[in-house]
Amino acid sequence: MGLKRYFAIRIAILFCVLLATLLVTIMLVGANMDSIMKKGVAIQVRGEIIENRDLVSGFRDTAELDRYIQEQTEQRIKNLGLDSPWYSPNRIGLAMYKILVLDFGHATFLMSDGGSSAVGDIILEKLPRTILLFTTATIIISLIGIFVGAMAGSKTHSKADRITSSFAIISSSFPVWWVGLIMIFAFSFYYNIFPARATPLIPPSDQGYIWALLYHMTLPLITIVMIGFGTWAYLVRNFMVGVMHEDFVLVKKAVGIRRRKIIFGSALKNAAPPIITVLALSLSGSLGGAIITEAVFDWPGMGRLYFEAINVMDLPVIIGATYVLTAFFLISIFIADLLYGYLDPRIRTG
Amino acid sequence: MPTTGQVKQAFFESRIGIAGIGILAILILVSALTVIFIPMETYKQWNNPASWTSFPKSAQPVWVNYFSEKKIPEHQIIKSSQTTLVSSQGAHALTTEFETDYESDFFPNDLIFEYGIRYEGSAVLQLDVTRPDGTVLRLISTSVPHASHGTVFYDRIFSTNDMIRKNLAMQSGAFSFETADLSTAEIVFSKFSQNEVLKGKYVFSAKIVGLAENEIVQSRMILGGKVFGLIGTDELRRDLAVGILWGIPIALFIGIVVSVGSVVAGLVYGVYAGYRGGRTDESMMRLNDVIYALPALPFLIILSVTISNSIFVLIGFLMLFGWVGVAKVSRSMALQIKTRQFVDAAKTMGQKDSRIIFRHIIPQILPYALASIAISVPAAITTEAGLSFLGLGDPSFPTWGQILHDAKSYGAAARGLWWWIVPPGVMIAITGLAFVFIGNALESVANPKLGR
Repeated sequence: MGLKRYFAIRIAILFCVLLATLLVTIMLVGANMDSIMKKGVAIQVRGEIIENRDLVSGFRDTAELDRYIQEQTEQRIKNLGLDSPWYSPNRIGLAMYKILVLDFGHATFLMSDGGSSAVGDIILEKLPRTILLFTTATIIISLIGIFVGAMAGSKTHSKADRITSSFAIISSSFPVWWVGLIMIFAFSFYYNIFPARATPLIPPSDQGYIWALLYHMTLPLITIVMIGFGTWAYLVRNFMVGVMHEDFVLVKKAVGIRRRKIIFGSALKNAAPPIITVLALSLSGSLGGAIITEAVFDWPGMGRLYFEAINVMDLPVIIGATYVLTAFFLISIFIADLLYGYLDPRIRTG
Repeated sequence: MPTTGQVKQAFFESRIGIAGIGILAILILVSALTVIFIPMETYKQWNNPASWTSFPKSAQPVWVNYFSEKKIPEHQIIKSSQTTLVSSQGAHALTTEFETDYESDFFPNDLIFEYGIRYEGSAVLQLDVTRPDGTVLRLISTSVPHASHGTVFYDRIFSTNDMIRKNLAMQSGAFSFETADLSTAEIVFSKFSQNEVLKGKYVFSAKIVGLAENEIVQSRMILGGKVFGLIGTDELRRDLAVGILWGIPIALFIGIVVSVGSVVAGLVYGVYAGYRGGRTDESMMRLNDVIYALPALPFLIILSVTISNSIFVLIGFLMLFGWVGVAKVSRSMALQIKTRQFVDAAKTMGQKDSRIIFRHIIPQILPYALASIAISVPAAITTEAGLSFLGLGDPSFPTWGQILHDAKSYGAAARGLWWWIVPPGVMIAITGLAFVFIGNALESVANPKLGR
């Protein structure tokens, strides 16, 4: 009972967050969006009328033509429901509903590599690349981090522990994107091993594209792992320090079970709930951090899409990308909750 | 929970805490010196290219010369050494000379001649250079705009000037190599036999010939160096030392204001929720959950794009996302503390809730709050740097992130301009580390379990 109620509340909260995010995003960009859409309609109407030679030749002078275009534009704006202000509940509700059912509309400037301007297509094309880079990085980070952290935490104040802790603290002080700049300097300017831009030069339709993408992925991947695993190791270490002082570990030590077996067998299992929770959270957190990291390496994923959309103020893309990023973030928060509830008996029993 | 006195004592026994305080003290000292010795005006001109024209372009730091076997040219601003006036048959020729001993192993980056002359009618300006081997090269001969009344005319002649290039091309017969693709400085300072630096004394002479008396109001010759200042200059000729040093007080300001603001807000919010309990607690914590689940960075980006990119507005937004974690922890601490006897005692004595919260509960949580303040400073600084790096910074307050943004947009990393990218990042890290050290020391005191 307790568990069910807990999850029901969590789902409700996360859904509220999703709606709130959407609402705030629409409110923030609404006024701009409105004027952009109206301008778009005006341009469209003018284009259509000018194309129609017969109609144009029927007018006596340009003033009359302009008046006609003006009328037509207003008519069209009314038909589309753009005449009511953007903050009217009707329009906000409609906009939110459209986005909730994943109808993001069309981008104003940006296009997918395939040439489609539908925001949905663009996002579908970029999202797998971000997931490829950051999920791979997070998995490598957590594997190294858990191993190093468990070793360090099992023997506090040892040399390994000191090195891990200080590396964690120092590496977490450097912004990942700055280390990215340094890595580009070192490996593409100085040693010329990896390309500075992570966007492959060959078109995506090409056969070797996947390999080119993987090759271009190496530098960002190394950077993210290098900066990330220290913090991880430190977290795992702190959880392990707590567990290693539990009675059952002391007993096992006294019985004479090998240290390695205690650490990776029973101790790590007991430290698992918080570790897995943090893993799920950091998976989603990495998606948010992707915006800057991808901008540094020019990695053609969601983050760079977001950055480009901000630069040219492509509002449909901004709204769509924010929605998708938020949704992913919330799903991983929920998974973290789920795992935590499942693994931690205190929550399971209510 | 230890008392504040114990915390203080234990803190000053921890080496890492002392180190943090030490770094912070140095940063504060340097920023005080910066504010005193580098005028605010210079810093405010950061994004105004016109105020940086007499600086070299993409010059390395001066100290690079200590590590390099060959001498890289320093930036030279040469003042006129002597001015002579020759008048004959109604024509007045005013000559001013600039001398320099050029001893570098590399060519200068560029040449800029800045002058201001007072004249009347027509006047001709000639610029020649006498090289160490005695040869004279004519750089330019140009007339200044005709002026019917006495006027003062200011101008700059850059070495990329087309007329200079044409003049040098006409005189290129003396050089035994192809000069068409070389820059002006690479020709003027070269040996005739091969394209290497000819060391020795160079004299630039600027001659102004006019029918009326004329006067040189100001003049100087700039030999664009390849090393300059403490940190060098960037592609836009800005002295990076100004930006980096002024970045310290700005970063400290952002970091400390954001962290103090958000920790205090979170502390009061959390303690109030925990102390009141029941419905109040429930609803306050739900709001907390909502904000906790918001993706901060996309939101900050949208906010700064749509509302304002002013640094003060940004500080407010950072606080908006910063208080959540602290509120959660201090709520659970308040839940524990309110069951203690002294809180009960205070209640039975009839003290008001606000008094109990501020007098009895918050002081207990203070060590934790101090640690949180220290620990959340770096996050605020890196977030601001990240946003600035994306180009969303406040242009009237250049920060380290904005310097890195410019470095990124000019491709500094791929072109090897290391002095443009290393210092800002190192400063971000050092500033962050100072607070992380202090925070860690405070935390291990407030929460002794971690260090065991």
